Amino acid sequence: MTVNLNSRVPAGPLTEKWDKHRFDVKLVNPANKRKYTVLVVGSGLAGASAAATFSELGYNVSCYCYQDSPRRAHSIAAQGGINAAKNYQNDGDSIQRLFYDTIKGGDFRSREGNVFRLAQISVNIIDQCVAQGVPFAREYGGLLANRSFGGAQVSRTFYARGQTGQQLLLGAYQALEKEIAKGGVTMYPRSEMLDLIVVNGRARGIVVRDEITGKVEPHLADAVVLATGGYGNVFYLSTNAKGCNTTAIWRSYKRGAAFANPCYTQIHPTCIPVAGEYQSKLTLMSESLRNDGRVWVPRRKEDVGTAPGAIPEADRDYYLERKYPSFGNLSPRDIASRAAKEACDDGRGVGPGGRGVYLDFADAITRLGEDKIRERYGNLFEMYERITDENPYKVPMRIYPAVHYTMGGLWVDYNLMSTIPGLHVAGEANFSDHGANRLGASALMQGLADGYFVLPVTIGDYLASNRLEPVSVDAPEVKAAVADVQARTSKLLSIKGKRTVASFHRELGHIMWEKCGMARDAAGLHQALEMIPKLREEFWQNVTIPGSGDDFNQTLEHAGRVADFLELGELMCRDALHREESCGGHFRVEHQTPDGEALRNDEQFAYVAAWEFAGEGKAPLLNKEPLVFENIKLSQRSYK
Amino acid sequence: MNLTLQVWRQSGPASEGKLTEYQATDVSPEMSFLEMLDVVNEKLAEKGDLPIAFDHDCREGICGSCGMMIDGVAHGPSRGTATCQLHMRSFTDGDTIVIEPWRAQAFPVIKDLVVNRSALDRIIQAGGYISVATGGAKDGNMIPIPKLDSDSAMDAAACIGCGACVAACPNGSASLFTGAKVSHLGLLPQGQPERYRRALRMVAQMDLESFGGCSLFGECMEACPKSISIDVIARMNRDYVYASVSAVEERALGGEG
Ligand SMILES: Cc1cc2nc3c(=O)[nH]c(=O)nc-3n(C[C@H](O)[C@H](O)[C@H](O)COP(=O)(O)OP(=O)(O)OC[C@H]3O[C@@H](n4cnc5c(N)ncnc54)[C@H](O)[C@@H]3O)c2cc1C
Ligand code: FES
Repeated sequence: MTVNLNSRVPAGPLTEKWDKHRFDVKLVNPANKRKYTVLVVGSGLAGASAAATFSELGYNVSCYCYQDSPRRAHSIAAQGGINAAKNYQNDGDSIQRLFYDTIKGGDFRSREGNVFRLAQISVNIIDQCVAQGVPFAREYGGLLANRSFGGAQVSRTFYARGQTGQQLLLGAYQALEKEIAKGGVTMYPRSEMLDLIVVNGRARGIVVRDEITGKVEPHLADAVVLATGGYGNVFYLSTNAKGCNTTAIWRSYKRGAAFANPCYTQIHPTCIPVAGEYQSKLTLMSESLRNDGRVWVPRRKEDVGTAPGAIPEADRDYYLERKYPSFGNLSPRDIASRAAKEACDDGRGVGPGGRGVYLDFADAITRLGEDKIRERYGNLFEMYERITDENPYKVPMRIYPAVHYTMGGLWVDYNLMSTIPGLHVAGEANFSDHGANRLGASALMQGLADGYFVLPVTIGDYLASNRLEPVSVDAPEVKAAVADVQARTSKLLSIKGKRTVASFHRELGHIMWEKCGMARDAAGLHQALEMIPKLREEFWQNVTIPGSGDDFNQTLEHAGRVADFLELGELMCRDALHREESCGGHFRVEHQTPDGEALRNDEQFAYVAAWEFAGEGKAPLLNKEPLVFENIKLSQRSYK
Repeated sequence: MNLTLQVWRQSGPASEGKLTEYQATDVSPEMSFLEMLDVVNEKLAEKGDLPIAFDHDCREGICGSCGMMIDGVAHGPSRGTATCQLHMRSFTDGDTIVIEPWRAQAFPVIKDLVVNRSALDRIIQAGGYISVATGGAKDGNMIPIPKLDSDSAMDAAACIGCGACVAACPNGSASLFTGAKVSHLGLLPQGQPERYRRALRMVAQMDLESFGGCSLFGECMEACPKSISIDVIARMNRDYVYASVSAVEERALGGEG
């Protein structure tokens, strides 16, 4: 073990850790803040909130995104909502309960200290967003409304129609634009980070390619924050935006940052099924729909081709309600997804290829009326109809699980700092709070907690505690990093092979979905570990990238991302293979209870797997951070 | 079905562009418009030709990245739909489709169908926010907001910033975009302290960029993928006029009206 995995969770009672830590950290004198430069890569909820808040505090900030405007970061697409332990509904919620639900939902594979802090901060997030003018849903009395999400028996999810992510991101984006106007933040849109610059063991900058001019340049700083989102697109088809990628965190991994739990992937149960070969992405139907929709398949295989309306109640299998009576349709995502797969594997799936289950609103429409349903989910129903040409007010939706979120990411300590000093990681890009499965409406919460409330404290501590010598653009480490990026770009462009970038991406995605998707086994993972390196080799010999590196070239951008996915995919399979247990989204077929639930092995696997890059062509090293549970008793998860 | 595409190709901001013809064959009606272009692009790449550049990301109508003129109509023939949500079932076998970038002075072409929309960000910088720093906000339920107000604010806040309104407007005005933000924030109690100052500054910035004036043609509302109502422009104009006559720029207006 070579990397240092000290989690730096403060000692003392759980409820006092964060307060104590805030008192213990070093502060930067307000007059000195302007002298520090912090780079924030990413302008999603985590990045935009961090960049805006750093600037408010007085730091000199640069922020980067690959889209043409920071407002388009993938967080914009989040639909359902954001959790907070406000207990406005008086239904028994508390910080303690949100903490417990999150740890349990994550199948006891996350750090207590981090998760408790997240639950504490959740309440401040809502207040901050309201102050910014986020138009959360309201009751007639003018107070904030809530809905329920999976894995919880209280109603703690705040929302803005089906566009919660959009409204939260616009709040953060507007705060960011306010700071840009004041001169505290310099924004670099259409800019892609292609490498990390490490000098004397510390993160001191990044290498950036301007997507319009193709210019590759170093940007230097005192600290770097990565908030570059998740890597679900390693599966090609996912609910992520097309540009979502692993490049920033993968390049940093190769510069020494440990990658934690890469195999923890969330497959979301309610997405619109694949329609054809040309499919370019999958569309999520928010989990909030499970508040009012009932999931079912025909009880008998013979009924699979029958119109849903013609199948009588008695011949329907509301399998979630049957198997998990206390959580029913609101069972956590990993469980609901596997149950859908099981029903389809059993030959009872509906729609093309038998890969679909019904999500039926007929009962809710009868009970509440079509108007109420329209008010709650109108935009989602419209989106569904636009894609499938079917009217979900009249016929049940057809849904199927799809890749949605990655719980794995760069390893970070309590300060959200990676194993490279000075490199901090926030939002979906880190591994921190969701263990082996994330609960719905908790990613938005985590991204904003990291950016608005955690990093502004901990980055100051880092800057105040370390003497950072100035770095020059002529430093050998800087020149080498820039040269590496240029060499890689030229290499990609020089191959001039026969296969398109997209075809490699699709093939990789297919391997990942089949072998490292909803269910994994040793045999399949071994196969994948042979197939991926071969595919990667072919990529580097036979990919074709028309055009040059000196101007706007989307194929080149895509190629760089696929090259990194081709490496990451292998690490994911390796991680999935080594974890000889099932937990949350990681389901190893060999390890299940008699009734088919995930079977953990706490004795051997209650740890974070933090992989360390050991050099090209060498097997990565496994480091372990043991998970210590002082406040929660580990138990077999039950939603029955 | 088989389609003929006439696509605007322009290699860079300074070069001349022209329409070039491509065949899109075996198009399935279930495909989205962008998936149809993906297929065309993959064929181009296989031949070593340059694929057609176009902005896109979420492909579900929310990020505002995509946008093109399809047969002269911003985002194409379906109402309330972004280009990425348009499906090929809206077209028929044998159609010829003309595809061009947003045409507006304020949106210079970068390449093919990709334009520079940074002017929209600068309008937000001019005042499209509420000036609260992180921390110290009071409890969210301390500010009760009538459901109707909050719903109307949300209607305006739904804008995805794609720029279709500008592209559709004969004058190239950004009034729907700007009005949407002025209305979203101006309808909420939290937005009152800066309400008039915001309207003044955002309108001033809009004028500084190369956007045209608004003649209330209403084309913007027709093109808007979120069907944002032209009422937001009236609201912006009222706030602007009030602000101009009472010179509020210097006098901070307080209170939670
Ligand atoms: C369809 C959908 C619906 C969802 N709904 C919910 C929900 O209801 N509730 C919930 O809690 N969560 C939801 N999630 C999850 C949640 O939206 C994401 O986990 C979260 O928004 C991620 O935020 P982020 O700030 O970490 O990253 P992102 O928002 O993904 O932002 C990443 C940023 O990094 C930039 N970037 C990436 N790579 C580079 C690079 N190499 N160089 C420069 N910049 C780069 C991008 O430009 C972007 O600005 C949903 C996710 C999806 C896909
Ligand atoms: S690609 Fe996001 S709106 Fe069309």
